[in-house]
Amino acid sequence: MAQRTHAVEHLETSTGLDNRKLAMWLFLASEALFFGSLIATYLLYRGQSTEGPYPSDVFNIPFTSVSSFILLMSSTTMALAVGAAHRGRLHQMRTWLLCTALLGISFLAGQAFEFTEFVHKGLTLSTNLFGSSFYLLTGFHGAHVSVGVLILLSLWVMALRGRIGQHNALNVELAGLYWHFVDIVWILIFTLVYLLDPLAEGR
Amino acid sequence: MTLAELRGARRRREDGEAHAGGLHATTADYIRVAVALFIITSIEVAIYYIEGLRGVLVELFLALSGLKFLLVVLWYMHLRFDSRLFSFMFAFGLSMAIALFIAMLATMKAGLL
Repeated sequence: MAQRTHAVEHLETSTGLDNRKLAMWLFLASEALFFGSLIATYLLYRGQSTEGPYPSDVFNIPFTSVSSFILLMSSTTMALAVGAAHRGRLHQMRTWLLCTALLGISFLAGQAFEFTEFVHKGLTLSTNLFGSSFYLLTGFHGAHVSVGVLILLSLWVMALRGRIGQHNALNVELAGLYWHFVDIVWILIFTLVYLLDPLAEGR
Repeated sequence: MTLAELRGARRRREDGEAHAGGLHATTADYIRVAVALFIITSIEVAIYYIEGLRGVLVELFLALSGLKFLLVVLWYMHLRFDSRLFSFMFAFGLSMAIALFIAMLATMKAGLL
């Protein structure tokens, strides 16, 4: 227990924990509910569309697998940025922050390409229940990734100006928590939406 | 000093810095988790195309994505090393989300497939 509270034992709060970190975890818990509802809604409407295109007509699993891998690797670079910030290695921290933002932008570019392809295949927000629930779920996730990229780029600029260092590494850690959360949501979306949907159609 | 000794000294220095900064995971740990995530994602995509596994794919996908979820939450989000209060808060939110998820699907008589 002494080891677990090592990082926060000097804080003068009633919990002994940093309130900002506590608030971030509360926010992430509420976000879990938000995405849980969106995923459940998607599953409720699965197979209810009366006209195409259907998931198997539009999904490109190899392409989405690469996008998923990019987002997973961005979590690694984010963890490395947080580690570098805590160790006071500011040059490394800046590099990893920029890498994470660039990987996030790559993921968003992939999503924009995918959405464009789907629209060309006739799937829009109002085509059918699949289109509405799919774009709603993945669109909200993409919006969260976009916010994350903006936070990362802001931190990178602040770090370049010398306003982020070991003394306020918590700012990088909080951004990291948000970014990792966005990543774990995608892990679930990739499995429940992309991998399981064609199986559902086959039944 | 041999290469192995140099690597050992570097690892000990990184461990010391990590503990001083309140972290308990090293760069090597993060890389190991990244490799594990890569392997699990590759397995997911590979088994997707194996016809013989169609009957157990749902269970396999859920287990593999659950494993990826845990790796990210425990190592990258530091819940393995951080205060238990953070774990409790996140687990509470997650439980509520899962309960809502099951309730919605059960009410509408829907399922994962």
